[in-house]
Amino acid sequence: MNIFVLLKLVPDTVEELEIAGDGKSLEAEVLRFKQSDPDEHAVEQAILLKEKCSSKVTVVALESPEVDDALFTALAKGADRAVKLTGNLINAQSFAAAQMLANFLKPEGASLPADTLILLRGQSIDDLEGEIGPFLAELLGLPYVCVVTSVVPEGGSVTVMKEFAGGLRGEFAVPMPAVIGIQSAEKPPRYVPFAKIKAIQKTAKIETVDVTPPDSLTRFGVERMYKPEAVGRAQMLEGASEEVADKLVEVLAKNSLI
Amino acid sequence: MANTILILAEQLRGSLSDITFEMLGEGRKLANALGVPLYAALLGSEAASLAAKLGAADKVFVVDNASLNMAPANTTAAALKAVMDQAQAGLVLIGGTNVSMGVGAVLSAKANLPFVNYCRAIRADGGAVVLTSQLFGGKILTDVKLTDGKGIVSVYPGAFQADAGKSDKTPAIEKVEVSVEAPKVTFKKYIEPETGDVDITKQNVLIAVGRGIQDKGNVELAEELAATLGGAVCASRPVIDQGWLPLSRQVGKSGMTVKPRLYLALGISGAPEHWEGMQGSQCIVAVNTDPKAPIFDGAHYGIVGDALEFIPLLTDKVKARKG
Ligand SMILES: Cc1cc2nc3c(=O)[nH]c(=O)nc-3n(C[C@H](O)[C@H](O)[C@H](O)COP(=O)(O)OP(=O)(O)OC[C@H]3O[C@@H](n4cnc5c(N)ncnc54)[C@H](O)[C@@H]3O)c2cc1C
Repeated sequence: MNIFVLLKLVPDTVEELEIAGDGKSLEAEVLRFKQSDPDEHAVEQAILLKEKCSSKVTVVALESPEVDDALFTALAKGADRAVKLTGNLINAQSFAAAQMLANFLKPEGASLPADTLILLRGQSIDDLEGEIGPFLAELLGLPYVCVVTSVVPEGGSVTVMKEFAGGLRGEFAVPMPAVIGIQSAEKPPRYVPFAKIKAIQKTAKIETVDVTPPDSLTRFGVERMYKPEAVGRAQMLEGASEEVADKLVEVLAKNSLI
Repeated sequence: MANTILILAEQLRGSLSDITFEMLGEGRKLANALGVPLYAALLGSEAASLAAKLGAADKVFVVDNASLNMAPANTTAAALKAVMDQAQAGLVLIGGTNVSMGVGAVLSAKANLPFVNYCRAIRADGGAVVLTSQLFGGKILTDVKLTDGKGIVSVYPGAFQADAGKSDKTPAIEKVEVSVEAPKVTFKKYIEPETGDVDITKQNVLIAVGRGIQDKGNVELAEELAATLGGAVCASRPVIDQGWLPLSRQVGKSGMTVKPRLYLALGISGAPEHWEGMQGSQCIVAVNTDPKAPIFDGAHYGIVGDALEFIPLLTDKVKARKG
């Protein structure tokens, strides 16, 4: 199979997020980026497929701060090729990003090989459009299934498991080429030691491909960005650990929970 | 009469999902404020039998076609676009659920309208519509203004009251003939929820562990606390994905919906997809090292601190109290 995984870094939400002076975006200076969970799972699913049936895994990302680290990490995990799309692409919303990726994956006049599988995150927490998969599938004219937790190749198609709610799942047959929104891989994402990533950085190369951005990187603007107001905020139990534990025991007793 | 509001009525296994009524209730308020009709779209071969339940809408557009049962996003979106045109809809509300995910994005590409995801509040502002969405796992809110009131919106489950969208009225029903291309994706079968050793939906006390628990070995600390309080341990998605607990213990959007008397969340940030599954708990207590964690915005009691240090301390105190 010819597997593509599309990567993007997202701000680490464990860190403090600050609103920028324009009141419409995050303060870029203080942002720390990390790979999102679904991206890590998409890479893992691709490598698992490669181990099962010989495949070529290409990881692709739009140029952004620190994205090289994510691409090298994927190479260290077993991806065969890493590509970075460059141009003035920062702040591209999902639709614009999908346009650029679609042009890269299937340049005008070309067609996608029949055994192509595009794996990517189902949703991303940093973008109001939030879903790139369905846009990409629509632009490429491919089938799309998301919230997927397993991918099993069967001839010219893949059988995927999609989550609904309450633990209910469904099995779908998807003919290739296809776009699949990965929620979790069949196994936890593998750990790769830092030394191995360092070593790959010395031997492997990230290919860069210059792309022409679409007319507009966003389809609509943000009026205001802000932090949630503390309505209905928790009553905080404060003090030294012992004291806090005592206070909580009181709360539990008061609610007849002990 | 352009710019009507259209809701995609969502169904799974022959029944309408809560999100349908949540959107109908909120859609009704918005339609009244804007002075436009509220319509619903029902797709699939069971559509006709469900339409009568959508009395909060002025009219239900029914596309009775078996190709739309369990159809992939692009097939659903194509049929919905036809209904949208028929209904002269400007604003379309779609559930931000695993079932409907993907439909809104495709529809927005087809209709060439903005697609606003993660929406939790909607209000009219003159003829414009202002949407409030939750980003970054619940840490940030954004307002988007649709000046002409047109767009495709994905609505967070649980953001609005379902009761507000239930009505005894009988809606007008209009059948729409749409030629549906046979979907490339085929639904094969359901896989029923795994029955685990404990049913977390039946527990009075749940000790919930998140990524902050850091290590599989630490789950035992939570097990001991649960045993002491007479409850069970459940978890957020990353803990399940790591294989530290079985799938039957997952709480949230894809997992179980629980309403225990006590939900003690340890090292859980409170992302909307987790919140969806436990917001109905009677007493929510959160322990988190991050004072800005979104879980504190909805919990009843909050403790800023290290859960790993706190759990054994609390277990001992509870034991002592019980004598
Ligand atoms: C379609 C879809 C479906 C999903 N379904 C679900 C679902 O069913 N259930 C679910 O839970 N999620 C679901 N998610 C994922 C969800 O978006 C979040 O990623 C997830 O809930 C985060 O889990 P967490 O809070 O454990 O981890 P994080 O968000 O990483 O939070 C960890 C928290 O632990 C705190 N912490 C760290 N160390 C400590 C310590 N020592 N003591 C105390 N606190 C500490 C940190 O401050 C942080 O707040 C879904 C997502 C999508 C897109």
